[in-house]
Amino acid sequence: MTAWKTFVRSKIFWPVMALVALVAANTIKTTRFLNIRVQDEHLFGALIDILRNSSPLLLVALGMTLVIATRGIDLSVGAVVAISGAVACSFIASSPTPGAVVTVLTAVAIAVLLSLALGAWNGFLVSVVGIQPIIATLVLMTAGRGIAMLITGGQITTINSPAYKRIGSGFWLGVPVAVLIAGGVFAIVAALTRRTALGMLIESVGINPLASRLAGVQSRTIIWTVYAMAGVFAGIAGLMISSNVMAADANNAGLFIELDAILAVVIGGTSLAGGKFSLSGTLVGVLVIQTLTLTVTILGIPPAVTPLFKAIVVIAVCLMQSPVVRTKLASRRRVPVIAPVPAEVAS
Amino acid sequence: MTTLPPVVEMRGISIEFPGVKALQEVDFTLHPGEIHALMGENGAGKSTLVKALTGVYAIDSGRIVIDGVERLFAGPAAAQAAGISTVYQEVNICGNLTVAENIMLGREPRWGGAIDWRATRSAAATHLAALNLDIDPRSSLSAHSLAIQQLVAICRAMVVDARVLILDEPTSSLDAGEVQQLFTVMRGLRDDGVAILFVSHFLEQVYEVSDRITVLRNGQLLGEYATSELPRLDLVSKMIGKSLAVLEELEEAPKRSVAALASTVPYLQAIGLGRRGAVEAFDLDLYAGEVVGIAGLLGSGRTELARLLSGADRADVGQVRMGETLVHLRTPRAALARKIAYSSEDRKSEGVVGDLTVRENIMLGLQAERGWTRRIPAKRADEIVQQYVAALDIRPPNPDMPARNLSGGNQQKVLLARWLATAPKLLVLDEPTRGIDVGTKAEIQRLVAELAQKGMSVVFISSELEEVLRVSHRIAVMRDHQKIAEIVNDDVGIDDIVELIASGGSDS
Repeated sequence: MTAWKTFVRSKIFWPVMALVALVAANTIKTTRFLNIRVQDEHLFGALIDILRNSSPLLLVALGMTLVIATRGIDLSVGAVVAISGAVACSFIASSPTPGAVVTVLTAVAIAVLLSLALGAWNGFLVSVVGIQPIIATLVLMTAGRGIAMLITGGQITTINSPAYKRIGSGFWLGVPVAVLIAGGVFAIVAALTRRTALGMLIESVGINPLASRLAGVQSRTIIWTVYAMAGVFAGIAGLMISSNVMAADANNAGLFIELDAILAVVIGGTSLAGGKFSLSGTLVGVLVIQTLTLTVTILGIPPAVTPLFKAIVVIAVCLMQSPVVRTKLASRRRVPVIAPVPAEVAS
Repeated sequence: MTTLPPVVEMRGISIEFPGVKALQEVDFTLHPGEIHALMGENGAGKSTLVKALTGVYAIDSGRIVIDGVERLFAGPAAAQAAGISTVYQEVNICGNLTVAENIMLGREPRWGGAIDWRATRSAAATHLAALNLDIDPRSSLSAHSLAIQQLVAICRAMVVDARVLILDEPTSSLDAGEVQQLFTVMRGLRDDGVAILFVSHFLEQVYEVSDRITVLRNGQLLGEYATSELPRLDLVSKMIGKSLAVLEELEEAPKRSVAALASTVPYLQAIGLGRRGAVEAFDLDLYAGEVVGIAGLLGSGRTELARLLSGADRADVGQVRMGETLVHLRTPRAALARKIAYSSEDRKSEGVVGDLTVRENIMLGLQAERGWTRRIPAKRADEIVQQYVAALDIRPPNPDMPARNLSGGNQQKVLLARWLATAPKLLVLDEPTRGIDVGTKAEIQRLVAELAQKGMSVVFISSELEEVLRVSHRIAVMRDHQKIAEIVNDDVGIDDIVELIASGGSDS
């Protein structure tokens, strides 16, 4: 009972409820929604689709969670997605052996290293130069797609490499590779933040930068690290997205993914004001957004009203999380039981 | 000047906040054409009184009479409409707007629905001319110095034809020349019949510019005096409020012979250390096993001195020696690496990390020193936390509680635990007992004495002189951003220090 109560009070409760409600709505509409079948030794089903489609967003949102926890924001992740895909596809396309595993691994390594460098650039602007995060990352957000265009020569670079295709749409032991990669990164980030002191120091810098400085926390290194991580994760997401369509589209790959990622982080209960962050909350947020997209199709909602439908669900979740609404609801429930105590209003 | 009827009369004003009597039966009278200084240490109730007058706080009892009519303002806007304007400590104007826009903000002359910019500028120019200020109304405010910005803020306050002007610490970030500029304007306004309420911590400035002084202490009125008839010594002892009777009990603390220390090498030597606008160059030797108290009024530069010693601020002149080596304390981290810990006076914004737990707050310093990769094992962290929670009697003894839920005194103990966990050799404590109850205060004082006995060097800063006297072996006296004296705490009384502060240390 008490465990349930803590869960109800936690920030993650309403996002989870939203997820359950969406899944329930879909199941009522099509009873096969929950079915998972094995075909050619691969898992298939709507739930598996949601997981696989969530993978790039989850990667980007994980990086975003850490950045937001330091009171920052990273608007450039969409551009990094495009650059990463462009670099990998261009390398593979120009290679004499596009199908070889070595070629693909090299392409992946180059793309990830470049993304790391781009993330480090953001970190440099924020932590060393002291530019406000929204402006510092806006630079790369605007310039990034131009860089991607330069790499692809303004064309949509299509490639034919079965090995590369596996990243986005392959299976391993029946599970989509993309899901495995995203899950692996999630586990690594969780371990990195909660098994080392990184998580606590990130939160400390986000909650009270002045006090952290006096306590000797190297906030510069920490801020730099989180932006670099956000860059790397966006780069991996870019590989996934380009591998899924086997093409690099400098203009549209990862378009607006930064906004979805920020939304996922907020739905997951991490405050944009920085401080305490929740990786599992972000995971739930990503799943809510992805399920919502699928729900729109399944429920047959006309495309014209889709954005409105999404907005309503998101607003509902955010409202339920708002401390003001929560206090109002709680006091409403309390009033008939106990007489209102004026002194408690302040709390 | 007292012949004119008062423009502001406050009688028997009381305000109570939860657990604190902020003001008790305070009277205050302000006449037209006078500069009236409001004096008192931190927490004396100066700002509360100002806020009661301007309607920011509701008064619990008493009455406020403006021009012979009893008034209660709903807020600063209502007060301003009645001719009472306030210029706050933080310059509350917009740097990215022009001087004219700032002065006329919200009161721009209009032509139809639109703002008439030409008329706005000429109106601003008129108001500037009224104060004899030669500033281009079209220039951007941020292009000017802080002093000019402050003057523009006053000009803005006078746009409403204010008859009462409240200046809350207007000089705290100005240099001597700029202060004179401000005073010229203040005197001009006074001669035009404006009543000026001047809140300041600078004794010299108060004596230079004010006609009358009202002294508050602990929310109570101590009296109203003509500036010329109140010797500085009396003013300081009234503000600090220690009678000779209390002094007797202070002398019991065992004082280690400082003569014994003279033979040893100082742990840290500050030589000509200073920072422009914060604290003038000073020398200070700190020995292991010794508590050095820093005495001085608020704003005397004692915090600034502590921040230079601990790397929180960077010095522009002078050097720090530790033993034979010259060290550069560029950041708090560099200082911590040299085993110097600094506990800020601003517990809330520079001390406690509110949303982190007590455990995390205690471990923060130690963990920061080790870097994020080498996490302190949970078991070891538990041991350290348990040890300090027990030793300092942190309540409630629940390490998993967010630190912001603790009382002020317990938050202070958490911070002490944080610094002690880093095993410092020099501990700089800035107002470690501010706003905490008497029992905890005594505990912290005892702890300081114990730490010094174990060989730690401690710098102890407090607004309460009796406390400084009780714990320190040696006392450095600060005034107006200068270290004016250094005395061995041997048969020294509060009165001696008060006299030093009042006289400036030169002639006594």
